[in-house]
Amino acid sequence: MEEKIISVGIDIGTSTTQLVFSRLTIENTASAFSIPKISIVEKEVIYKSNIYFTPLLSDTEIDGEAIRKIIENEYEKAGIHPGDVDTGAVIITGETARKVNASLVLEKLSGLAGDFVVATAGPDLEAIIAGKGAGADVFSKSNRSVVVNLDIGGGTTNISVFKEGEVIDTTCLDLGGRLIKIHPDSMKVAYISKKIKKLAENMGIQIEVGQVITVDQVERITNRMAELLEEVLGIRKVTEDLELMLTTKDLKRNYEIKYISFSGGVADCIFGIYTDNEKLIYGDIGVFLGKSIQKLDLSNHFGIHKPTETIRATVVGAGSHTTDISGSTITFSKDIFPLKNIPILKLTVEDEQLGYEELRQAIKEKVSWFGLHHEKQQVALAIKGVKSISFGELKLLAQTIVGGMAEIISMDVPLVIIVEHDIAKALGQTIQTYLEYKKDVVCIDAVNVSNGDFIDIGKPLANGRVVPIVIKTLAFGY
Amino acid sequence: MISEKELKVIVEQVLSEMNNKDFAESKKDTGKSQSDVDHIDDNELSDITMVDMRKQLLVPNPENREDYLQMKAKTSARVGVWRAGPRYKTETLLRFRADHAVAMDAVFTDVSEEIIAEMNLFTVKTKCKDKDEYLTRPDLGRKFDDEEVAIMKEKCKMNPQVQVIVADGLSSTAVEANIRDILPVIFQGLEGYGIKAGTPFFIKYGRVPSMDVVSEVTGADITCLLVGERPGLATGESMSAYIAYKGTVGMPEARRTVVSNIHQGGTAAVEAGAHIAHILKEMLDQKKSGLELQL
Repeated sequence: MEEKIISVGIDIGTSTTQLVFSRLTIENTASAFSIPKISIVEKEVIYKSNIYFTPLLSDTEIDGEAIRKIIENEYEKAGIHPGDVDTGAVIITGETARKVNASLVLEKLSGLAGDFVVATAGPDLEAIIAGKGAGADVFSKSNRSVVVNLDIGGGTTNISVFKEGEVIDTTCLDLGGRLIKIHPDSMKVAYISKKIKKLAENMGIQIEVGQVITVDQVERITNRMAELLEEVLGIRKVTEDLELMLTTKDLKRNYEIKYISFSGGVADCIFGIYTDNEKLIYGDIGVFLGKSIQKLDLSNHFGIHKPTETIRATVVGAGSHTTDISGSTITFSKDIFPLKNIPILKLTVEDEQLGYEELRQAIKEKVSWFGLHHEKQQVALAIKGVKSISFGELKLLAQTIVGGMAEIISMDVPLVIIVEHDIAKALGQTIQTYLEYKKDVVCIDAVNVSNGDFIDIGKPLANGRVVPIVIKTLAFGY
Repeated sequence: MISEKELKVIVEQVLSEMNNKDFAESKKDTGKSQSDVDHIDDNELSDITMVDMRKQLLVPNPENREDYLQMKAKTSARVGVWRAGPRYKTETLLRFRADHAVAMDAVFTDVSEEIIAEMNLFTVKTKCKDKDEYLTRPDLGRKFDDEEVAIMKEKCKMNPQVQVIVADGLSSTAVEANIRDILPVIFQGLEGYGIKAGTPFFIKYGRVPSMDVVSEVTGADITCLLVGERPGLATGESMSAYIAYKGTVGMPEARRTVVSNIHQGGTAAVEAGAHIAHILKEMLDQKKSGLELQL
């Protein structure tokens, strides 16, 4: 009983725009006599687009119309009709990840791209997606070790740390191959990012757009950029420059890194062979940065793992690894999907240990935090739940949730409950009883979410037994 | 070469040394056991069945403990229990016997009257007169005397959409462990789907096909039997639901839909109940059960 769905991944980055189509196979792996256990059993990339330079109107504004043409063209080349696509994600990453671009792309791609997610990936989500696309999660699981993936793109370096398959840390640095653009013939600087300009100044190098830069100067800057990677990985003393380059919190560095892998466009420059004349073929410092990283003595500190994808890691991650599916015994009163961008309110472990009356108060209070400016806001409640819950406790829990979520229930939106333990069907049915079946209720389980996440829930699959979900960690983060 | 005489001397010497040592050792042992007698631990013995065997690895120096434990987490089989010579370790043996005793109890005890009363069930009995006959005569565990059928007819609402029944089967323990949670969830689910349920009751000494008699007697569209599963060494609390659309005596087994492994370590009773309610609804819609039912 297999079911295949097609997922699209579109990555609109600082420097490149790409698309992949993946085929996800969903199967019930439980025996016929057991409760179903439906999971994604296979992920296969079936089409990879060309790699395009991202069409920009200015340094930070995406040319939406040009993007639409690229995507339309690629759908046609792949022979895939927009209606065939079941799920997927458009991820806008790096320096172009701005809200205005997200709504532009949403508008331009609507109708073309089905019902899937459009997100400006915050740096954390981007790092996780790239790490998964590069296969670092799988490698860390099979090796039972800590693997760090550094996705070095045009504008940013997104770092994700996986331990035995799970993300344990992420960060992002403003280091990338296109932060200085140079005319290959004249050696004149066409663009330099503010932070790199500051970094160069700290080294006593003044760079202005329009001025000529020497190869020696470029190499000194990229060498320094490479050193900053050593700093963030904990094998070089941390300097103030690292603080300057971080766009988010620093890595925790409280784990032992066994392997590192490189993905992103610059990864290809690290291991590629270039003559002196070819170093400026992209009109930027990407190749120089790659060579500076190659010269580091990283292999003495870590094993270097060759990733399954390099420049396509993020897009493959977006296409194959953003969609997950819920547990197989869930409740939804009717097909009201897709539901998009619902913020998560996750109760703490301490909250869940409270008595039911206090818990109701706690839920109520936390829900009110979301209602900024007296504007009511849809919130999905996430709880861990009790593993082997009795019917009595289940009723109390359902009453508590109904009481605590009163404000949401009064709104014209479905009540969405996400529970970690496998009790969603019973809990959902019980909640429906208390709401006298007058309210749309969605109750799903086997999903791990955190505060600050947003969730998208797609149309049911496998004869309505599961729903595809996309969890967007800190999407719209900036 | 050592001469025979020299060898004899060496052997004598060694023997005398050994004797001395044995004597010293045995003296030490006596001293120890005396002090043990002074410190009798009157606390209760810890319950060895409380140890989660999936997390217990008795292999002394495993090559890779973490991987071993990860594999063990996926099975209730007794792997990684190590050995004493060619035999089990004492702990393993005791645990095996304790688990076996749980299984024996599950089969040989009766479901307590209080629980049956608490769940508002009345009891009918198959043709078996006691547990021994129940175990040795499977054919009788599926038949009822006329008086028992008369009780069903008298007490049950006739021709319901769904008739739920409970039977001890091979584990009374399973019924006692799960029925309080699963039964109300099923009825709650049915109510939510707008399905009319009949009068539930309890069958003593009941085997699975006893449900077919109930189907014929009550005229229910669907009969759903909750029954204790034959206990294994992993748990004695496992329950199954056998569900059939328009069941008849002697019908093929393929017409039954089964939800098995309902216990704390498998599917929790409340979630299983909610799932069963969903299956019952699908069955009414599709008018099919067993292999023909598309879920």
